[in-house]
Amino acid sequence: MKSLEAVNEFVIKFANVNGTGSASANNLFAKALFRMGLPVSPKNIFPSNIQGLPTWYEVRVSEKGYLGRRGGVDIMLSVNPQSMPQDIKEVEPGGYFIYDNTKPLDLRLIRNDVNIIGLPLTRICNEQYKDPRQRQLFKNVIYVGALAALLDMDFAVITELVGDQFKGKEKLVLPNIHALELGHQYVKANLECPIGIRVRKSDQVGDKILLDGNTALGLGAIYGGATVAAWYPITPSTSVVDAYERYAKRLRIDPGTGKKNYAILQAEDELAAMGMVIGASWNGARAFTATSGPGLSLMSEFLGLAYFAEIPTVLYDVQRAGPSTGMPTRTQQSDVLSAAYASHGDTKQVLLFPATPRECFDFGALSFDLAERLQTPIILMTDLDLGMNDNMSEPLEWDDERKYDRGKVLGAEDLDKLERFGRYLDVDGDGICYRTYPGTHPDKGAFFTRGTSRDEYAIYTERGEEYEKNMHRLMAKWETIKQHVPAPETVRCEQATDAAVLYYGTSEESSREALDYLAEEGIHLNAMRVRAFPFSDEVEAFLHEHERVFVIEQNRDAQLRTLLMAEFELGPDKLKSVLCFDGTPISARNIRKQILMQMPGHNVTPLRRERIVGGTGQGENRA
Amino acid sequence: MSYQVPKFRHPELPVNELGYTRADYEGAISTLCAGCGHDSISGSIVRACHELSIEPHKIAKLSGIGCSSKAPTYFLGKSHGFNSVHGRMPSVATGAAMANRDLLYLGVSGDGDTASIGMGQFTHAIRRNLNMVYIVMNNGCYGLTKGQDSATADEGSASKKGDPNPFGAIDLPGLALQLGATFVARSFSGDKGQLVPLIKAGMTHRGFALIDVVSPCVTFNNNDASTKSYEFVREHAEATGTVDFVPMREEITTSYEPGHSQEVTMHDGSVLHLHKLAEDLDPFDRASAMLALERHRAAGSILTGLIYMDKDSRDLHEVLDTSRRPLNGLGEEDLCPGNKVLQNINHSLR
Repeated sequence: MKSLEAVNEFVIKFANVNGTGSASANNLFAKALFRMGLPVSPKNIFPSNIQGLPTWYEVRVSEKGYLGRRGGVDIMLSVNPQSMPQDIKEVEPGGYFIYDNTKPLDLRLIRNDVNIIGLPLTRICNEQYKDPRQRQLFKNVIYVGALAALLDMDFAVITELVGDQFKGKEKLVLPNIHALELGHQYVKANLECPIGIRVRKSDQVGDKILLDGNTALGLGAIYGGATVAAWYPITPSTSVVDAYERYAKRLRIDPGTGKKNYAILQAEDELAAMGMVIGASWNGARAFTATSGPGLSLMSEFLGLAYFAEIPTVLYDVQRAGPSTGMPTRTQQSDVLSAAYASHGDTKQVLLFPATPRECFDFGALSFDLAERLQTPIILMTDLDLGMNDNMSEPLEWDDERKYDRGKVLGAEDLDKLERFGRYLDVDGDGICYRTYPGTHPDKGAFFTRGTSRDEYAIYTERGEEYEKNMHRLMAKWETIKQHVPAPETVRCEQATDAAVLYYGTSEESSREALDYLAEEGIHLNAMRVRAFPFSDEVEAFLHEHERVFVIEQNRDAQLRTLLMAEFELGPDKLKSVLCFDGTPISARNIRKQILMQMPGHNVTPLRRERIVGGTGQGENRA
Repeated sequence: MSYQVPKFRHPELPVNELGYTRADYEGAISTLCAGCGHDSISGSIVRACHELSIEPHKIAKLSGIGCSSKAPTYFLGKSHGFNSVHGRMPSVATGAAMANRDLLYLGVSGDGDTASIGMGQFTHAIRRNLNMVYIVMNNGCYGLTKGQDSATADEGSASKKGDPNPFGAIDLPGLALQLGATFVARSFSGDKGQLVPLIKAGMTHRGFALIDVVSPCVTFNNNDASTKSYEFVREHAEATGTVDFVPMREEITTSYEPGHSQEVTMHDGSVLHLHKLAEDLDPFDRASAMLALERHRAAGSILTGLIYMDKDSRDLHEVLDTSRRPLNGLGEEDLCPGNKVLQNINHSLR
């Protein structure tokens, strides 16, 4: 057997039991590699459960800087007998399967093409600790210590990190370091180490940070001036408001009075959360909510009101696998269509697609400027993968000269100068009208905000031509919006090509890696990352420029492709789909395979069914 | 409707402290059916706001969907209004109130909008003790869809369609009391003498003030077999007592007979004078209020007037400890922590 050999380029996966404290130990491992100067991309693959079900933690380590999922597992660290049969199958030939050998491995599971390494974790714990909870918790720390020896990690970095992580709880530091040493010493004394896969210090991290997208969004809302957060708890969006609250408690207390310059309302449901955001925004505060698919469905009626009555609204949608309850703790990009056309009647909603924590922060804050400038809902479409996993990211920056763009708002003096205020009068010809906040002027500017049709002066009307005129103006505004939303990013290959890929959000990193694989095989593709809906003219030009465009996304129905086809009236022969919807983040190997199968000259004509199977994680593990 | 409210005003119309006449608190001409109870309630709102000398633009009026929720167009034309979606006015009002604590929030809803589709939001607005007046224009039926029974229609009551309602009624004041509401009143659209002071008291109360106003639907539910008809309500209403509202700075001139009489000083200094109080009700005791409601229900009468008030009510802003300055008035300098803080945060993430 030829063992896998690699330095600073590998995938390791931890198979744990939910609720046993494994996440923090696994996080310690990933962060230690990050501190050694290595780009890491940890992904928590967890069940909708508090305790007992299998959970996995996959860490991509790549000195080359690939941060997406690669596909395949080089090292499996398995401490969950429940999932062991599946876990050992996932290991690449020549890879490493590390397990707790306190109990012997089931002979039926043994693979001859995999290095099997036993660590007596339970035995060590039972000898060292009496308390059952300690036995459970320290088992995780012990295997991190063992890995440090097996992979030749810098042990000092890990111990220093433990010190940082338990700042304020110093008495926990020594026991954790002791546990690390137990694992480390066992390996040094009993096993051959390091193994073929190992790490060494690098300098590929620079000033980057390790941050989850939801925390970045919470910070974006703080910096963007949000004062009202209304929400209903739902995985995977909950940590957005948690982060907002955590930072607000630190950064938003009025220094003079000690009172809060913010209000957080845990609503009775998502309908109410959206109603509160609309009420607060109507009244001149910056407000937001965060939700996921089921919440988006419930908010639809209100989103139609905000679209039609033109009320600034900010919604962060952290997408998860649907439909219905779907897989609540797994990732997807499957709310695209329901968000883009949210609500009954003719509606079009503005979507933003961040791809990194830095973009979550930037777009999160930008959402408020856009919502108030454009007087319409801004739906920021992130997902569980970006939101709940630590992602290596550019550091956050804020320009202290920046002023909030509060949009077209008339004050008392402006109203005094007006003959007659028309809330829905298109004075500037850009489709965006002037608004006032309630309470601004004693005699002028008051009107009745409503979801019913009305004329330019906000007076109720059922006259068809007035209604049509307003609907046309909303389309004119849609054109204006294109100039305000983040522009797409294009990456052109050096060779001339008539084929391209188009992706958005968390598919970026894996797509980038897949394009590198394909380039090595002589297939060169241009790339565009779409960052907003409505699509700009640049997107249309890019599509027309290429014969064939692969739209890479993480849902079954090729939702962004559908949106592109609908908006640009394109046919299916131009736009091809590359899809992953098994609830895990799309991998580079998977993308490569799906593109290859659809390239002209590929000698196997794929059946549609096969292609979909190819899009699943099961297929991809053997890719 | 193409009617315009005439602009001409009699030069000697009485003005309030702010120099406004009652006309300054009126709205567009009503498009509701002639004789609709809702129009009388609108009139009472106009009178209450005028007499309280509230600046019209410092009121925000909010509603849901239905005949009741159209009504805000017909009063307070100088106030901003928000006709939201069906049953969701409480959440919109909650957000609005969070954004600017200095306005007065007046919610207008109906029995369908509150007791059916909006029940969830109604109960939670009470639970949060949102600082608002919540008026239910309660006619026991769905007017705009031509007269279906609503959830507040009494069992056995029949609308114009003729079939007796087989289900029990949801009693909004009873429910509100049980949920911990801090101000609960019921009135009748035809009794302005009672309703106007109740609205004033509700507007001065700090917290959620529910005023359930029985308001007959002349078109679909004003027939003999209905328990929400003008005639039935007039015959069966029993007041808890008489409420007089004396604004701050105004001298109390009325003299009351000794006996069942109480004075309450509101947080802004105005005084609520309750007299001829029913012997079986202490409106400052929740249990007593609940018992009284139940007794009247059992006896087949409709208890009206101030049913319960918590004098020490704390509204949502106080509970959340938000800034005294309205949140919508804060700018970058108050809200944005700046790049230096952000760089420290970055540092903690390495």
